[in-house]
Amino acid sequence: MIDSLLAYPQSLLGPLWPVLWTLAKILMIVVPLMLCVAYLTLWERKLIGFMQIRIGPNRTTFFGIRWLGGLAQPVADGLKLLLKEIIVPTGANKFLFVLAPIMAIMPALAAWAVVPFSPELVLSNIDAGLLYLLAMTSLGVYGVIIAGWASNSKYAFLGAMRSAAQIVSYEIAMGFALVGVLMAAQSLNLGEIVMAQQGGAGFLSWFWLPLFPLFLTYLISGVAEINRAPFDVAEGESEIVAGFHVEYSGMTFAVFFLAEYANMILISMLTAILFLGGWLSPFPASWGVLGASSFGWLILKAFLVVSTFIWFRATFPRYRYDQIMRLGWKIFIPVTLVWIVVLGAWMQTPLWIWWK
Amino acid sequence: MTFQEFIFWFFAAVLIFAALRVITARNPVHAALFLVLAFCTSAGIWIQLEAEFLGIVLILVYVGAVMVLFLFVVMMLDINLTRLREGFWSYLPVGAVVALLLVIEMALVLAGPYFGLAEAPRPESAPSGYSNTKELGRLLYTDYVYPFELAAVILLVAIVAAIALTLRRRKHAKHIDPAQQVAVRREDRVRIVSMPAEKKEDGA
Repeated sequence: MIDSLLAYPQSLLGPLWPVLWTLAKILMIVVPLMLCVAYLTLWERKLIGFMQIRIGPNRTTFFGIRWLGGLAQPVADGLKLLLKEIIVPTGANKFLFVLAPIMAIMPALAAWAVVPFSPELVLSNIDAGLLYLLAMTSLGVYGVIIAGWASNSKYAFLGAMRSAAQIVSYEIAMGFALVGVLMAAQSLNLGEIVMAQQGGAGFLSWFWLPLFPLFLTYLISGVAEINRAPFDVAEGESEIVAGFHVEYSGMTFAVFFLAEYANMILISMLTAILFLGGWLSPFPASWGVLGASSFGWLILKAFLVVSTFIWFRATFPRYRYDQIMRLGWKIFIPVTLVWIVVLGAWMQTPLWIWWK
Repeated sequence: MTFQEFIFWFFAAVLIFAALRVITARNPVHAALFLVLAFCTSAGIWIQLEAEFLGIVLILVYVGAVMVLFLFVVMMLDINLTRLREGFWSYLPVGAVVALLLVIEMALVLAGPYFGLAEAPRPESAPSGYSNTKELGRLLYTDYVYPFELAAVILLVAIVAAIALTLRRRKHAKHIDPAQQVAVRREDRVRIVSMPAEKKEDGA
């Protein structure tokens, strides 16, 4: 039915049609994503509030309706930041100063091109999806580095240096964790990775179980990769004020903020897809609606992982810099390397039961 | 001009511009960033040539890791342009020879039609379902497994050598061992002494 509906605009636009249709599909992903990002900031403040026995934001409402208390907070925050002046520091490189937030948010959004939402629903179903994701997440560091350098400020520069070293170190562990996933799934295509987790044993046939050390490594280095607490030494407000975005104000700051939360959602979505079975249901297929695989399960899993990230922030104090480096190089990389070898040997034996 | 041709020309123009700026930009950080742009656009061209694995790996390795460390170093350098220019005349002959070689190589490529390049068969586009990544992996781990492992061992030796060259053990440094710090227990730090309660003296 959709095809017949689309036939008319297709004939009307001619050669422009593929471009416009792709743009429309991109908007269909980015607009809900940005809404999720906005409300994730509210959920973070609420959840940390609950954990600290506070209420969290509960005043701003739409049209004065009391029981919507707090729900208008992201809108109010966004409007406030939009209306603030953008100050470019003296001696800063203006072009790079403005480019930095764009470089931060670009990979966070571009990575969504290969994320499958259901077996058929994916913007670009490419073979090397996992590699593409790794490449895109590794580009995120440029926003931070360029921001730190272009600001012409020592605090910002220190933040950028810390971030560069941290992201390069954790990317290796993250890459090795993904190697484990592609070994188990025998594919780099994200849709096929989810399909490979479809076993008879419900949630026990997902990859978190055979790849448990890699799952933990991926989750923790994901937090480090997006500069979230307890790995947020790049911001480190107790030591270097606000790190790389100390000179940013107004909308330029807001874009960094959006990029951080978009990355959070991306990493949790990927954890859900790679290790937690994506859209597959944790229950046996005989349970009717609960047992059927659906988009809702994917959202639910990603939501749980995002909430875990917020929980980390409420629980742990910030890591010291040398301890971050030790965790990345001396613990995660050996753990992942050993598990890849174990996995390789395990897959050769009949004890490996995660085949489709 | 089809859309694909448009993309090719667009990427090629950006690539040439970025490559020129790498050598003409005065600020070394700008030059490094233009090199990043050149890598990204050439990755785009490679992907258009159906070499998607190489294109993505170019971004992953060179842009995601090598150039980050490169920028890291370049940003921390205190570069004095006049001092950099000092050695210009002494380096010129070497540079000129390298430039001449490059010009000859480029001329050979660009003048392909004169050397019978046009007769070479056009590579056929891959059938659908053909995975570049899988094919490369199969070749590397079957036909070329020994050269591949040899290269890996050489790289490993290089890593060990680089670490050994920079490793200095300083004797009197107050070295901190995070493993010991993490493993610390309350009993190691605090001693709780039991003391009998004392009575308040009257009239004091």
